[in-house]
Amino acid sequence: MSSTAKRALLAPVVDDNPVTLHVLGICSALAVTTSLLPSLYMALALTVVATLANTAVSAIRHMLPTSIRIIVQMTIIASLVIVVDESLKAFAFETSRELSVFVGLIITNCIVLGRTESFASKNPVGLSFLDGIGNGLGYSVILILVASTRELLGAGTLLGYTILPTVADGGWYNPNGMMLLPPSAFFVIGLIIWAVRTWKAEQVEKPEFRIHEVHRTEAL
Amino acid sequence: MSEPVQKSPRKTDTVVGTLLVALVVSLVCSSFVASAAVLLKPRQVANAILDMRRNILEVAGLLDPESDVEALFDGIEPRVVDLETGAYVEDADPEAFDPAEAAKDPEQSVEVPAEIDVARVGRRANHALVYVVRRDGEVSKIILPVSGYGLWSTMYGFLALEADGNTVADITFYSHGETPGLGDFIGKPAWRGLWRGKRAFDESGKVELQVVKGRVSADDPLADYHVDGVSGATLTGNGVTNMMEYWLGDHGYGPYLRNIQRGEGT
Repeated sequence: MSSTAKRALLAPVVDDNPVTLHVLGICSALAVTTSLLPSLYMALALTVVATLANTAVSAIRHMLPTSIRIIVQMTIIASLVIVVDESLKAFAFETSRELSVFVGLIITNCIVLGRTESFASKNPVGLSFLDGIGNGLGYSVILILVASTRELLGAGTLLGYTILPTVADGGWYNPNGMMLLPPSAFFVIGLIIWAVRTWKAEQVEKPEFRIHEVHRTEAL
Repeated sequence: MSEPVQKSPRKTDTVVGTLLVALVVSLVCSSFVASAAVLLKPRQVANAILDMRRNILEVAGLLDPESDVEALFDGIEPRVVDLETGAYVEDADPEAFDPAEAAKDPEQSVEVPAEIDVARVGRRANHALVYVVRRDGEVSKIILPVSGYGLWSTMYGFLALEADGNTVADITFYSHGETPGLGDFIGKPAWRGLWRGKRAFDESGKVELQVVKGRVSADDPLADYHVDGVSGATLTGNGVTNMMEYWLGDHGYGPYLRNIQRGEGT
């Protein structure tokens, strides 16, 4: 694999992660991460949509009229999302019910449109395909981390299997109910971003402005 | 992302080109979506029916992972009930009766008066499809479809009553859009277990069955009728309470259940 291809595939996992660096796709990361299983399906659904949308947009990138390029990308993404949603209803009935509207909302997930517009419409099909998988993986990694944390601390289980027996079931663990509420996903994602930026200091943004510290003495 | 993708104009950057691309993309995408929907439809319908039957068996306490759902379902007798009189409609075919369609048809349904429509049902079909479970020829359970509005969504479920038409055997919700991890407690086995043995009507026939805020206190005089709620999901619990109030009331299954309590309608 050439280094460009490797970069397209692997950079979005940590170095250029769509959630922690670009802070995209937060809405669904908050909504579906209360338990791990729906998050896995959501991650899979997004990866499939991002990959296929990137590939399709890249394949027609030379024919895309500039004035309607966004709406054409949206149409392609929306079609893919509907097909993924229908497939989940046919093959993963239980989980599709839990995910309810959130699969449909992949249409408005900024990661997908962001990648088709900023990457697939300027790069060849193969690279765009890898970029789609890479960004899907980047999103999946964060979703799985957040969902595992929330399900474990919020309900004492992982994938429905008891890890920490809760007081209600006669165990010792008193579950943190807040972990099941959307705000906790903000905190968990915030902590992950903090951890990533401590490890990869180059991701820390420069302050947009700084108050001059010696303001007063200068005036004298 | 705001800059144009390419500086030089493209071949399709004309009015005709733009329209042509839009047309082709729409056609390709719509046929893709339509064929997926048509191809997957039979599987989705089969899933929905199987799931419905599994839910009915589960609430009846008959679900056995070892056995075939279809075979088990043979032991359950669907009956059409006239909600006004509470009597069975003998000439109606339960197989052909679709309650969801009937509720939409003005000829086969009535508007629920606003002052009693606590569960936001809207229109209610004149007839309802109930499921009678028999053991050795005797009625052992009655399964009633119920629905009502929670916090975000209409919740659909089944309430199973014992043969006395008063004691709760089980409750299940097969479709709802309540908050995952919070309002979805209504589908959890632990919570459903709290319903078993609760009573629906007091001596005067008033519906007392309800979900309370937090836990039912030990000194609650109506502890037999009250079920624990979940803090943080009070509105979902209230929705279930409203659902019970409407569907067990006079406009719902009240007349039918009174027949059952009198030992009729077997």
